[in-house]
Amino acid sequence: MTIDPKTLRYASTHEWVSVDSDNIGTVGISAFAVEELTDLVFMALPQVGTKVGAGEEFGEVESVKAVSPLYSPVSGEVIETHTSLPDQLDILGTDPYTKGWIMKVRLSSPSEVDALLDYDSYQKQCSGQ
Amino acid sequence: MASSASTPLTQWHRSRNARMADFAGYDMPIQYTGIVAEHQATRTAAGLFDISHMGRLRFEGPRADQLLNHLLTRRVLDMRNGQVRYSLLCNEEAGILDDVLVSCLESPSGRGEYFLLVVNASNREKIVRWLQPHAADFPDVLITDVTDQTAMIAIQGPNAIEICRPLFQSSIESLGYYRSRVTQQMGKPVIVSRTGYTGEDGLELIVKSEDALRVWENLLLSGRNLGIVPVGLGARDTLRLEAGMPLYGHELDESTNPFKAELGFAVSLKDRTFVGSDALTHLQAIPAVEKRVGLALEGMRAARQGAAIYDLESNRIGTVTSGSHSPTLNRPIAMGYIDHSKSAIGWKTLVDIRGTKVEAEVCSYPFYTRKPI
Repeated sequence: MTIDPKTLRYASTHEWVSVDSDNIGTVGISAFAVEELTDLVFMALPQVGTKVGAGEEFGEVESVKAVSPLYSPVSGEVIETHTSLPDQLDILGTDPYTKGWIMKVRLSSPSEVDALLDYDSYQKQCSGQ
Repeated sequence: MASSASTPLTQWHRSRNARMADFAGYDMPIQYTGIVAEHQATRTAAGLFDISHMGRLRFEGPRADQLLNHLLTRRVLDMRNGQVRYSLLCNEEAGILDDVLVSCLESPSGRGEYFLLVVNASNREKIVRWLQPHAADFPDVLITDVTDQTAMIAIQGPNAIEICRPLFQSSIESLGYYRSRVTQQMGKPVIVSRTGYTGEDGLELIVKSEDALRVWENLLLSGRNLGIVPVGLGARDTLRLEAGMPLYGHELDESTNPFKAELGFAVSLKDRTFVGSDALTHLQAIPAVEKRVGLALEGMRAARQGAAIYDLESNRIGTVTSGSHSPTLNRPIAMGYIDHSKSAIGWKTLVDIRGTKVEAEVCSYPFYTRKPI
């Protein structure tokens, strides 16, 4: 399955989330964020079972130049992480929305998603930067 | 904050969609396509750098050599036309005020010599202020800050000399390492030095501001089939780190002396006195407490400036001053200061990277040395 970035919701901090019918959210980072970071060399993932809050740091991504925290766009429990991703960060450059997913979260407050940016608003934010 | 000053090439960088940032008051390119690609191009072909932010101070007059000899940790009195030396400026307590290149050049009139001091951008104003009271004793020496009338361009990498060969009036291949000369590019004066800050062979050029864009574009044109790319300050930093070269504000500051920085080679104490020479003579005679070292880290996370270094018994033994992923080695490297007693090559340490202790081995630097030609 390929995820269309137009169907995703975005945090202003550049993470995306896709929520399925069981209220499981898949989280990643946007193509814009990957482009801005460039030259990724490291990613730290959360432990499965960790409780994350919307807007809270759940991991970090490091480029040659700098370290950037990853913020969860939603609240809930981490039920799965993409453990092979840190060893193949190139995927984020080619397919950040499908193969480049980072973690899956069982949402504790699904309505939070409504407060996130839709694709057009997020694009507007990025072009304003 | 006041808006950044432009270099004569800032518009070119912006037209190429370079990522720009203020560096020491100048609007400078950080990267064009990406740090790793620009770094690799410099190691394998050639990189072109706008380094116009570096400070350029001209010293003229019959006693210019004596004034500089009084200020610099290296001897200046014996410098001949065409020589370049790496030196330090220290305060009376032997703290490092700046690291510099001093060149002895032929005057445009053809009569006599003058000296050019290239200082770090971030230190330029401080150094110009610091010079004043010393220069007052040498009223016949004319000091001119030519930074904003000129531009400085570096071309570095294994193809750098070949790219430059057709461009200059005089032969570039015959210019020795740490040698400098005034030549011409399309009838306009250029100061060419066989120096750099990347660990590669190459040149640093100083041209008048109005000639900068033409020289820059001619270098790109001459190098178009030789892999030349413009390189930003991001890769300049990873290149110099791999080459084990210190950066002011990281490895060097006023609380650091030349010996602990492993820059004793840039201090000539024999038969001369200069600002800081008493303190340096004293320091040279006693064992150093700390030493600048290289570190090779396990894993893929880089230690950044300020990261604490511990021994395996969790005693704090030092601090990281620079760290990054090394594009050439594809692993994280760092430089820092650690207790002299624990600074032997191969010593195992732990570096605190944002709360996680990562194993790091003390290693020699440079981390990268170019192959002999």
